[in-house]
Amino acid sequence: MGAPLRLLPGDSRGAAASFLGLLAIIAITIPILNLAVPASSPLHVSTYATALIGKYLCYAMLALAVDLVWGFCGILSLGHAAFFALGGYAMGMYLMRQIGPRGVYGHAVLPDFMVFLNWQELPWFWYGFNHFPVAVVMMALVPALLALVFGWLAFRSRVTGVYLSIITQALSYALMLAFFRNDMGFGGNNGFTDFKDLLGYDLQRDGTRVVLLVCSAVALGISYLACRAIVASRAGRVVRAIRDAESRTRFLGYRVESFKLWIFVFSAVIAGVAGALYVPQVGIINPSEFAPINSIEVVIWVAVGGRGTLHGAALGAVLVNFTKTYFTGALPEVWLYALGTLFVLVTLFLPRGLMGIVPLRAAALPEPVEAK
Amino acid sequence: MNTWTNATGNGKATDWRALREAASRRAPPELAGKILYVEGVTVSFDGFKALDHLSLYVDPGELRCIIGPNGAGKTTMMDVITGKTRPDVGSVWFGRSVDLLLLDEPAIAQVGIGRKFQKPTVFEQLTVVENLELSLPGAKTFWRTLLARPTAAERARIDETLEIIGLTGQRGLTGSVLSHGQKQWLEIGMLLMQGPELLLVDEPVAGMTPQETERTAELLLSLAGKHSVVVVEHDMEFVRSIASRVTVLHEGRVLAEGDMDQVQNDPKVIEVYLGA
Ligand SMILES: Nc1ncnc2c1ncn2[C@@H]1O[C@H](COP(=O)(O)OP(=O)(O)O)[C@@H](O)[C@H]1O
Ligand SMILES: [Mg+2]
Repeated sequence: MGAPLRLLPGDSRGAAASFLGLLAIIAITIPILNLAVPASSPLHVSTYATALIGKYLCYAMLALAVDLVWGFCGILSLGHAAFFALGGYAMGMYLMRQIGPRGVYGHAVLPDFMVFLNWQELPWFWYGFNHFPVAVVMMALVPALLALVFGWLAFRSRVTGVYLSIITQALSYALMLAFFRNDMGFGGNNGFTDFKDLLGYDLQRDGTRVVLLVCSAVALGISYLACRAIVASRAGRVVRAIRDAESRTRFLGYRVESFKLWIFVFSAVIAGVAGALYVPQVGIINPSEFAPINSIEVVIWVAVGGRGTLHGAALGAVLVNFTKTYFTGALPEVWLYALGTLFVLVTLFLPRGLMGIVPLRAAALPEPVEAK
Repeated sequence: MNTWTNATGNGKATDWRALREAASRRAPPELAGKILYVEGVTVSFDGFKALDHLSLYVDPGELRCIIGPNGAGKTTMMDVITGKTRPDVGSVWFGRSVDLLLLDEPAIAQVGIGRKFQKPTVFEQLTVVENLELSLPGAKTFWRTLLARPTAAERARIDETLEIIGLTGQRGLTGSVLSHGQKQWLEIGMLLMQGPELLLVDEPVAGMTPQETERTAELLLSLAGKHSVVVVEHDMEFVRSIASRVTVLHEGRVLAEGDMDQVQNDPKVIEVYLGA
């Protein structure tokens, strides 16, 4: 006997291969269509569109992070935008220091906003951000530490359900208020912008944009594979068991809070890296990235795509944001209503999201057979 | 029997740790060598005493049945033993060395106490095999389970358990599609996988057909000896068919203890339970 333990429904090998294949196609064709096809050709992909797609890929990573904790572990985080924004701020700090003396005030070390505030020297927490490797470490480390401390406190006290969602939202909101303050040293409500270059490459050049898009696609692919490996492991099955019957899992000898904590921390790292890739592509990071509504939107992307299927979450992020880009161009005042309606409709009619309408072999379970 | 329940009796703000220590110093010699000591345990919910100075001792390898009317405190007793509910006073020891009141649920599971719940709780979104897999003893930490690969021995053990619980044909089905009786069986299988020294089984045959009930009785009987088993059950026929020793709980206390005939002829028992 000993048939292999079944993979999770909906993240079958075929689905994973199609998802990664799609990512590879994006990472290969968009650069060619942007760089090699002349602007006059109808096949040309503009730099604006390239950056837009890169942005969607970052959102897809963020959706993956939320799906890991919500779809698989049952933790409805309404604060993941905070991890995303912190990763973004870490990247922003590096980019600000790369500006060097090219700022409006021409100060050799201090970013413009510090000169404007009459600061004389760099705050200690800005040290080292002129080195790219330091910035890269911080993109992951800062969200991870916040998730570790927050998760340790919350999970150990067995805060679950709606209460947990509310405090994640409060966390994000508190950080937004803090980052709005000028004396925090993160540029207040303007945040960081006017970036010049990354590792010496001009951020306005098409080539740089294309490389950022490819990096985003690769990061999304790696995150996807990592999440999938976790979910398909025995630890992943414990995590799903926790989602379905938390206290039962404890009676099997599993320390539920530690499983939740590691999943939460890993998810925060993915969100942080996504935020770091997002910032150079959109050219700005400010405290509005912490806004509660952002975290809620991510949950909607995941619900639309299909909670508990990793590629579903990623596709949901891209689809909803594509629609959002269209709406905010054509009918900006309608967008939030459209999003709300979409969420209600999906919740009512497609509890498994768009992935629920894709026919899957795993979905066609045989009828239960009576016990002998 | 109740030689050393604690003296305070008010149930509030008692230094139960000190009481427990005192109790274990006074442990009478005839109580040596038990696998489970529940001593003078009181649990109150908003002043209502679900358990009232309850004492209960279980021998290694014993199959003990606990009976008693609804609300007698049978499930609450299991909650106390498995760390789900903390008593106001009293002590609970697993053997002579493990103070269960100092451990939390996962730790209690890991020292070798397994539990089947009154309402069958299997993991609905996991398959039968996966439910059993997670019940395997061994590494339970995040990092160890992340890297764990099912070994041949584990697979064999899963297959063996599937045979015993009669769910070999349903191995790939998710818990959610199983019938009530099948869920009961799966949960018993999860207990078997854990291989605990002490099994606490809360109403195992509720909702089972007579044939299923009979098989459950056989299974529990076959477990006794190797394991200690405490079974809570309402079904008198079932209890008669398996138990050598029966404890009757009533209003959080032990009303009577002995073999089935003794218990059934006890006037106190007849009055509150069997006679009703
Ligand atoms: N969490 C709780 N809160 C309040 N009362 C409870 C709780 N759990 C059990 N009880 C009460 O304690 C008594 C004993 O319950 P229980 O142990 O479930 O009885 P049994 O399993 O013997 O039917 C019942 O009266 C029940 O209502
Ligand atoms: Mg009960």
